[in-house]
Amino acid sequence: METNSQSPEVVLDVDNLTTEFQTPEGLGRAVDGLSFNINKGETLGIVGESGCGKSITALSILRLVPSPPGNIAGGSVRLGNRDLMQISEREMRDVRGNDISMIFQEPMTSLNPVLTLGYQITETLRRHEGLAKHEATARAIEMLALVQIPAPERRVKEFPHQLSGGMRQRAMIAMALSCNPRVLIADEPTTALDVTVQAQVLDLIKDLQERLGTAVILITHDLGVVAETAQRVIVMYAGRKVEEAPVESLFANPQHPYTRGLLASVPRLGATTGAHSSDSRPARLAEISGIVPPLTEIPSGCAFAPRCKQATEKCTAAQPPLEETEHPGHRVACWHTDKVAV
Amino acid sequence: MLQYMIRRLLQIVPVLLIVTLMVFALMLAIPGDPARALVGPGEALDEEQLEIIRKEFNLDKPVLVQYGIWLSKVVRGDFGRSSQYQRPVLDELRTRAWVTLQFGIAAWVLAVVIAVPAGIISAVYRGRALDYIATLISIGGVAIPNFWFGIMAILVFGVYLGWLPAQGYVNIFEDPIEGLRHMILPVFALGITSCALIMRQTRSAMLEVLAQDYVRTARAKGMSEPVVIGVHALRNALLPVVTVFGLQTGRIFAGAVVIETVFGIPGMGNFMVLAIFARDFMVVQGGVLIMALAVLSANLLTDLIYAWLDPRIRYND
Repeated sequence: METNSQSPEVVLDVDNLTTEFQTPEGLGRAVDGLSFNINKGETLGIVGESGCGKSITALSILRLVPSPPGNIAGGSVRLGNRDLMQISEREMRDVRGNDISMIFQEPMTSLNPVLTLGYQITETLRRHEGLAKHEATARAIEMLALVQIPAPERRVKEFPHQLSGGMRQRAMIAMALSCNPRVLIADEPTTALDVTVQAQVLDLIKDLQERLGTAVILITHDLGVVAETAQRVIVMYAGRKVEEAPVESLFANPQHPYTRGLLASVPRLGATTGAHSSDSRPARLAEISGIVPPLTEIPSGCAFAPRCKQATEKCTAAQPPLEETEHPGHRVACWHTDKVAV
Repeated sequence: MLQYMIRRLLQIVPVLLIVTLMVFALMLAIPGDPARALVGPGEALDEEQLEIIRKEFNLDKPVLVQYGIWLSKVVRGDFGRSSQYQRPVLDELRTRAWVTLQFGIAAWVLAVVIAVPAGIISAVYRGRALDYIATLISIGGVAIPNFWFGIMAILVFGVYLGWLPAQGYVNIFEDPIEGLRHMILPVFALGITSCALIMRQTRSAMLEVLAQDYVRTARAKGMSEPVVIGVHALRNALLPVVTVFGLQTGRIFAGAVVIETVFGIPGMGNFMVLAIFARDFMVVQGGVLIMALAVLSANLLTDLIYAWLDPRIRYND
């Protein structure tokens, strides 16, 4: 499937990751044989609609999928020379927050309301780096200053409800980066924030990444965020990777009908229907009809086939393999790439 | 925090006034002549003697004036005289209130020590054998009336097995071992319902908190399960539980009335029951006032714990 070139650059190598969920309707695959890797200092975007398995992928990497009902059924996640799926829970705890950190979508609810920011940041430092309380506090203040929170000496003593949403997400980032992780997983980090604050937070992640050399997995449904931040993009649908490409190539030559649908549904200023040059009515935003199928009802062929305009019998019969396109590093899983890429 | 405490203390004043009004109204609610009631039953008095009593107890003055005089005495600790014992009410109540307080606190502590850990275990092992056992016991605890539990406990442990004394009270500071032995059964009988309720509350609060995003954050930071549960989840889960604690104080006092009678303990509850039968109204008045005060203080304490646990309350407005 994937060319797992173990170049020294690769920090995290996910291979054939499969996560299943027990539902009342039966067993469903939320992540189905997903493979990808990420290099030092790189930003990898994972894109897809809600329910396509992005967040479960992130939680699977950290082995935080609630079990039951979830279960990581197979695959490997290599961090350096260790397979995270094989190590003990105790060893895994040393990885979480230390080698791999995660920030979540909702800064409002992801911080503990009854503990001070200082406590929540120092806790990680004391756990992983064994710092004494005062050393950890000094580092926490440093980290808050790094994420541009004003008056950090005062803020460490404050509680989450005393901060705005953007501030809280900054604090989350400070917390996640406090132990200098090799990989940062950011699950929809800007979705809950105001547009102006979104840009600030993205810039901050980018800036810190350059300074600290952290690899970032950016999970989002927002292609705009991906275009701005990521170098490489994976498009996920129904737990599978349907397309993977360098960010420029993906936006210039989207191959999979699903990717095209996603791109077409991004609103653009000044876009017109354009059928006639005289027609200047604003364009209707395109949508992908239908919804992501429930876990237990994923079709056996191409999962996107029921929503795809190009779908043929072949699509419903067999799952298309992920194949290299004419563009370097650009791979797609579709039987009809030739037809689509007109 | 200090500001919050002061504000909360000031809020108590009007509540206290209302309580004293209601307690005072007890006197007015007595059927028949309050002067006769004050003297106690069985004393044959003529009109002249009653008139003297009315004068002495200001019963000839308007009701509001009576209330004012009574309140000013109560504030100074003068609750009147017991008609049964012909001694100041406060002296009679003091020793008995102390006994009840011991049992109340013990029942409270028992509820906390058993119910909170049991609730946590039940939530963490949700759907497994331990959870079902704890649930079964707690539902039983809620359903069984405490006096029945008390009588059964006396029968089984006191009479058949003979492990524990079935009746009476021994001062725990004079003879700690005997004192404790005498406390075990009544404290269980008194605390079991509260214990069961608090356990159910802890379990459901814990389940809710464990599903929160910040618990996932704590795990994602590499915290061990004991830290996730004990530090991150428990403090949040305790908020609703503390509320129930406060409400249980009133329940424990009410239970004391019954349990002290069942076990023959010379506490406030027992004393009040006897006072009611003896129509010793000054004692009833004083007793109700002290119980009301105790419940109010417990609620104040609850609020303070609440504020200590939750910074959002401490720092608001």
